[in-house]
Amino acid sequence: MFPPDIIALRQYLGAGPKDRTISDARHSVSLTDMIQHSCLAGGPSELSGRSVLLATSGQLLSALAMIELDGIARRMLLCPPDLDWDCLQVLLERADIDTIVTDRPLHRSSAGKYVVIGVDLPERRAMGSEVDRTTEWLMLTSGTSGLPKIVRHTLDGLSGAIIAEGPARHRNATWTTFYDIRRYGGLQIFLRAVIGGGSMVLSEPGEAIAAHVARLRAGGVTHISGTPSHWRKLLMSGASANFSPDYVRLSGEIADQAVLDGLARAFPRASIGHAYASTEAGVGFSVDDGREGFPAHLIGQNHAGVEMKVVDGSLRIRSRRTARAYVGADAPPLADTEGFVDTGDMVELRGERYHFVGRRGGIINIGGLKVHPEEVEAVINRHASVQMSRARSRRSPITGAIVVADVILTNGTNAERHERIRTEILGQCKDCLAAWKVPAVIRFVERLDVTAAGKLARTDA
Amino acid sequence: MSVKSKIFSAMKQIAEEQKVTLPPLEDDLSLNETGFDSLAFAILVARLEDELGIDPFTVAEDAAFPSTLGEFVRAYENVPA
Repeated sequence: MFPPDIIALRQYLGAGPKDRTISDARHSVSLTDMIQHSCLAGGPSELSGRSVLLATSGQLLSALAMIELDGIARRMLLCPPDLDWDCLQVLLERADIDTIVTDRPLHRSSAGKYVVIGVDLPERRAMGSEVDRTTEWLMLTSGTSGLPKIVRHTLDGLSGAIIAEGPARHRNATWTTFYDIRRYGGLQIFLRAVIGGGSMVLSEPGEAIAAHVARLRAGGVTHISGTPSHWRKLLMSGASANFSPDYVRLSGEIADQAVLDGLARAFPRASIGHAYASTEAGVGFSVDDGREGFPAHLIGQNHAGVEMKVVDGSLRIRSRRTARAYVGADAPPLADTEGFVDTGDMVELRGERYHFVGRRGGIINIGGLKVHPEEVEAVINRHASVQMSRARSRRSPITGAIVVADVILTNGTNAERHERIRTEILGQCKDCLAAWKVPAVIRFVERLDVTAAGKLARTDA
Repeated sequence: MSVKSKIFSAMKQIAEEQKVTLPPLEDDLSLNETGFDSLAFAILVARLEDELGIDPFTVAEDAAFPSTLGEFVRAYENVPA
C-alpha cells in the first residue's frame, strides 16, 4: 500500500554542506552526524511501527526525534509546549498513541499505559533503521478555544511547497523562525532547513528579543520567518538594527501593507515574501512582490499542484499539501466531497488582487452591518505613529456591537500628540472604511497579547 | 464639569466627526431631531461609558431608551456612580 519511493526526512541529511547544524540557546547538534547517531534511548528500531507522542521540553529534541522517526514510526503526534495534561490525555486516546518519546518525567496516571522512550542529545552511535513506511505526521490545530483538533499529514504533503519551489533555491541557508517548530508554521521552516540542505537556529521561549536577535546574528541566520505580530514586535523593539537577513517571510496572519513596508525599510537587502498556509490547508502560495494580498490569477487555476477557489467569500484550497484528514473516531471531514478545504479565511477582490479581510468567525456585527477586525487594523496600521493595533467588538445597547480599537504607538511618541494622532487615525479610517467600520473608541495601550501560535490574541473571535 | 456638559461636549465631538449639524441642545429636543443615527448614539454611549464609568442602558435590563435629550441626560444623572 505504500509507494515504493518513500523518501524519509533523514535521507536529506547528506545533502548540502558537511557542517550543517541545528541549535537552540544551549546546544548545537550536527545534522550531518545525525546520519549515524541516535537521540533515542535504545535507538530508532524500538519505534518501528509505533504510534508515538513526541513530548519534549524543548524544540531541539523534537526536531532530532522527527528526523529519526519519519519512515520508521506508524505515526507521530507533535506536541506543542503549552498543552496541559488533561487535554493531552484525550488527544492520546483519539490518536491511538502507544508510545511516548520524552525527556521529562511522566505524569503518574500514564504509568503502564504507554511505552516510554527517553530522548537526549545524540551522543550514541546507532545504525538507522530501514525506512519502510510513510509515517503519519499528526499536528494540533491552533484554535483559541476548546480541545484542539488533530490533523494528519504526510511528509510528502508537508514538503510539497518546498519541493515545488526547488529546495536548492535557498542553498546554504541558515533558517530560523519565531514559531515553535511543533506547529505548522514552524515545522515548514524546519523542513526547509533539513530538505534544502541548510542549517537551523531554534527560537527559545521567554528569550528577550535583543538576546534572541544577537543569537540569530551569531548563528549566521540568513532566512527568517514569523507572523506579522512577531515582526511588528521585532520592529517595535529596535533590535533589528544590526540584523541583515537575505530572506524575510511572513505567514499565519494577514500581512498588511504597513508591516510589509516596515520590513522593507528595516531590511533593505532582504527579499520579503508573505505566504498563505494553515495547519489544515497546507501551504497555498507565497507572494514576493511586497504588496498585500495576492494576484487574482492564482484563483481558479492549478498553480504548482494547488487549486484555489472562492466560495461565499472564503478561500478554498485543494492540493496534495492539505492535511489528509482529522484524526479521531467521530472527526468531521476535513475537505468537501471534491477535496477542497474551506480555510475560513475571507477574501475580497479589489481590482487585480485578492485581499484577506479576516476570519469567518471573527466578524463583528454592528446592527446587522458586518466588519472584520482585520480590515480596520490594516487601515489603522498605515498611520506612521502606529506600531500595532487590534480592533475588537464591544457590546452596545444600541447596535448590539460596535468596533473599538486598541493601538500601540511607536516608541517615543509624545503623549501630547495622542489626541492629534487619534484624530488622524479616525480621519484615515473615515476615508477608507464605511461609517460603521470606523472605531467608536480608540485606546492607546502599552501591549497587545500574542498567542502561543504567534497570532494577535482575539478574545472575541 | 457636570454630567450634562460632558454629554453635550461628547455629542459635539461626534457631530463634528460624523459631519452632522446639531440643533441647539435643549432638554425637550427629540433625539430624532439631533441628526444622530443609531451608530452615532452607539458611539456616544460607548464614549460616555469610558468617561463616566456607566452605561445606564445596559445596566437595567428593562431600561427604555429615552426619546428626548433631557431624558437621555437624566438616564446618566440617575445612575448612582
